[in-house]
Amino acid sequence: MSLDKDQVQHIAMLARLKLSDEEYAESVEKLSKIVDFVDQLSQADTTDVVPMAHPLDAAQRLRPDEVTETNDRDRYQENAAAVTDGLYLVPKVLE
Amino acid sequence: MELHLQTLTELAAGLERGDFTSVELTESLLQRIAAHNDKLNAFVTITGDEALAAAARADEARASGSGGALNGLPIIHKDIFCTRGIKTTCGSKMLDNFISPYDATVVEELADAGAVVLGKSNMDEFAMGSSNETSFFGPVHNPWDLECSPGGSSGGSSASVAARFAPAATGTDTGGSIRQPASLTGTVGLKPTYGRVSRYGMIAFASSLDQAGVITRSSEDAACLLGVMAGFDERDSTSIDQPVPDYLASIGDSIKGLRVGIVRQHFDKGLDEQCGARVKDAIAVLESLGATTVEVDLPNLDLSVPTYYVVAPAECSSNLSRFDGVRFGHRAENPEDLLDLYCRSRGEGFGDEVKRRIMTGAYVLSAGYYDAYYLKAQRVRQLIADDFKHAFANVDVIAGPTTPTPAFKLGDKVDDPITMYLNDIYTIGANLAGLPAMSVPCGFVNDLPVGLHLVGAHFAEETILRCGHQYQQQTDWHTACPEAFK
Repeated sequence: MSLDKDQVQHIAMLARLKLSDEEYAESVEKLSKIVDFVDQLSQADTTDVVPMAHPLDAAQRLRPDEVTETNDRDRYQENAAAVTDGLYLVPKVLE
Repeated sequence: MELHLQTLTELAAGLERGDFTSVELTESLLQRIAAHNDKLNAFVTITGDEALAAAARADEARASGSGGALNGLPIIHKDIFCTRGIKTTCGSKMLDNFISPYDATVVEELADAGAVVLGKSNMDEFAMGSSNETSFFGPVHNPWDLECSPGGSSGGSSASVAARFAPAATGTDTGGSIRQPASLTGTVGLKPTYGRVSRYGMIAFASSLDQAGVITRSSEDAACLLGVMAGFDERDSTSIDQPVPDYLASIGDSIKGLRVGIVRQHFDKGLDEQCGARVKDAIAVLESLGATTVEVDLPNLDLSVPTYYVVAPAECSSNLSRFDGVRFGHRAENPEDLLDLYCRSRGEGFGDEVKRRIMTGAYVLSAGYYDAYYLKAQRVRQLIADDFKHAFANVDVIAGPTTPTPAFKLGDKVDDPITMYLNDIYTIGANLAGLPAMSVPCGFVNDLPVGLHLVGAHFAEETILRCGHQYQQQTDWHTACPEAFK
């Protein structure tokens, strides 16, 4: 196994995913297989090759910083599980 | 001919002649869906009322002499495209109740042209899968053999078009998700050049690879739809500002003198022998039409799958970080604190394959591994793109198999991610290099369809569509209808 349980726990925390014990066991096995599989990339000679940034070599387009959207907060908040007075509710962050 | 067996182009002519109305056409297809969908599970949502209302509007528009290029013609949207007021789930529990506040650009363009949307098709969760088995709403079945997969991730779209529920459906393709299901269901699947069709409102998986396209039964229909969908969109920062040609204008032209590249590595190993034979027969048809074949080399082909499985998960882990249980999507009950809210909402809302890809992505982007995996993969990706560039210096089209085998049984590959990933060996290269590509039905192996894969240079959709159309003028594989759906 190229990954152990501690590493998978670290990755799951980075990804903000809570996994069950069963899921951990399966993830160690399957993620190890995936990592072994993608490890074959290390054999490729990429000396002097610039990492690809865009499939068409295009530059990211910029736009003027102008207000183009209207305020549709109420409509957007219809998809939220917990809102009040136009605010999204989350568990208490500060004591 | 019965309505459901007709192509989009044939139906358009029938509507124009007044042989039938859009309401009649829509009613007949909705009845077929109601009668047969239980066998396929091709839909997440069927929008019967909305479809009939749109059809009635289209009929009125026609009566008053107006209406767009697709006026009154029925289509299906993959459930990855946001549709205002109608549930958009992306095949996930995470978005089980998500009602989009806006339409995707593709949805808007097709609606403006008068298309009638029959429903939203089932798909692999967040488009991550090659068999449609990762859907929260259950797998889709292949109309050619109900025990087989229709491919994925656009499996609901491919199964619907093969079963004659609609002449056309939208799809998205990140590593083969339009072309592989098209190949496995005997339909035409077109993935345009990266940036050709807007990604706005198309739920993001891997933003440097994702591209919207269509599944149809003829190349001509694909050309017709691409003409409506292609074009610049300022709301998509990677949309390309280039004029859109009339894809139908040149589709009837001869392919005499067309240089067709045959990739040595495609026929080496891993390819089912009978599939290879069907593809070679198809290439012989192209030669009989005056095309010349040229052998080309893609030396880094084998590295395309591992490259993809670094780049795509990396982008997915970043894109899917938006699902936090706060603004939209699944939210865990009674969270202890903010971290618990994030971790449990995501742990409960995402399925196994999506979690696996998010974690793969988090790993290859994490401190200490970024250079060895992500940066390395982006370098190899450049090598793969260069291979295609060299090949297209000498050829106009690259032809080969779309998939290594015909449709496989549901359940056969679901436990082994690597075997599943290798299913996309022939299609992934076009995504990594941003090239247009399509799959065209080219025969059967053991009564299951096989596809011919045609790849073009950047923005050469006209060329591959013409090649596909000329091939379909000589063959009738695409008119074959699965027995149970005639």
